[in-house]
Amino acid sequence: MTQPLTTLRHRHLLGLATYSPEEIALILSTAREFREVLRRQIPRVPSLRGLTVVNLFFEPSTRTRISFELAEKRLSADTVNFASSGSSVSKGETLKDTARNIEAMKVDIAVIRHRSPGAAYFLTQCIDAVVLNAGDGAHEHPTQALLDLLTISDISPRFDGLNVSIIGDIMHSRVARSNLYSLTKMGVNVTLCGPKTMIPFGISQFGCRVTHRLEEALEGCDVAMALRIQLERQDTSLYPSLREYHNQFGIKPEHLDRYPSLRIMHPGPVNRGVELASEVVDHERAVILDQVTNGVATRMACLYLLAGGQNPASLAEIG
Amino acid sequence: MIQTEDHIKAQLMDAADLDRTLSRMAREVTEVFEPSTLSASNLALVGMQTRGVYLARRLHRKIREAENTSVNFGILDATLYRDDVRKRLHQPLVRRTEILFDVNNAHIVLVDDVLFTGRTVRAALDALLDLGRPSTIRLLVLVDRGLRELPLQADIVGRFVPTTLGEEVRVKLQEYDKEEGVWLVNVPSHKRKNGNNPDFGQRVHKH
Repeated sequence: MTQPLTTLRHRHLLGLATYSPEEIALILSTAREFREVLRRQIPRVPSLRGLTVVNLFFEPSTRTRISFELAEKRLSADTVNFASSGSSVSKGETLKDTARNIEAMKVDIAVIRHRSPGAAYFLTQCIDAVVLNAGDGAHEHPTQALLDLLTISDISPRFDGLNVSIIGDIMHSRVARSNLYSLTKMGVNVTLCGPKTMIPFGISQFGCRVTHRLEEALEGCDVAMALRIQLERQDTSLYPSLREYHNQFGIKPEHLDRYPSLRIMHPGPVNRGVELASEVVDHERAVILDQVTNGVATRMACLYLLAGGQNPASLAEIG
Repeated sequence: MIQTEDHIKAQLMDAADLDRTLSRMAREVTEVFEPSTLSASNLALVGMQTRGVYLARRLHRKIREAENTSVNFGILDATLYRDDVRKRLHQPLVRRTEILFDVNNAHIVLVDDVLFTGRTVRAALDALLDLGRPSTIRLLVLVDRGLRELPLQADIVGRFVPTTLGEEVRVKLQEYDKEEGVWLVNVPSHKRKNGNNPDFGQRVHKH
């Protein structure tokens, strides 16, 4: 890596595919300083005082929504929440019209979660606010990948040469996509593992290893990231049964015994007994709750760094 | 390094001057407080990022050598407390804050290199008060260049240098800049960094 950056080159955070390693490093180092803020007696700083952030959650979310909301409050921003149920969306309003109405109420930053890939980008075309993607369909979930990187950097300060395996439904996972982009950029060796039906054809061209055997993914691996099996997608027969999935791809206590330095991560919510055995979730080498804690600091860093780019006329580079 | 666009008007201090001034200020710090405060070790030096930290370290060493007493030491970054978020195009880098002693009832000496508009000090006071309720906070600066925008004054000043808006005071410290001394420079108008200038936000700078 070259000279450390002091500012982001992007105006929005839509995905990590276009972010440079230097920009990712800046977000991570800023997030580490915000962790110190969160440990204070008064875990709040006035950096975004006077700015208004709207949280547009068109898809159900608990962790991400609360995490973003806390991050905004810890930075002293004013927050407005929007959930699609009980809103004008259920009356048939389009995303564009919802966005334009919210724009008319003068918000500075919009956080969006939507089931359609590209929804966050579409929003940047409708409104002037800075946009943060909190998950758009199967496209990207950048803040999750960033908090994962922060958690990994606590395990090993050097990304270079580290081995991380992502296990589960790669095909439908925006978390996997954002993680794949960012991890490979930072020099991490990534292995993807799952049933053939869950791994997109040709994904290895992104610079990762692909295996369909869990043992191969765990051998020599520093961090195993298990993805959530979407129970609501069960009827699409991507795998024979939950029990069979657990037998073949679930991480079990014997794996922790066999690989004594292996750490377990999971973006949540966990299906106990499916992608992770219940004992594994509660094991001391599972850093799932550290991920959640790091989530607030990471989102504070993203909000703080992007809040400087509110003046659209001044920015040549949009992205 | 002194930037090439800067026009040096005068060298205000060389390495030896700087050391003498710091020695004098270290004595002033110990004079300001009662002997009981010094011995109760609730005196603390807090350096402001970035160069204030190195100045505070040097003062800390001098006080410890002279008084044979333990003085607390901390690092403060007031970036998150600044008041210009809407004026900026880019956010300044967040640096480390590390205050491991108990701020409550402490006697704190805040250390910075240059006192100018007073806005950074205002931010630092807010940051400190969020960490607890110190008994007293005093301000120590190496150079007071005047042109305040807020009603704040330093308690201990290394040197008072009246300046104009076109000028800047550059403090260089061996530990950070690999050279040592204080200079008065002229800056071209497009690179000025004062509170009244509309392009204030474009540069990542305090004061």
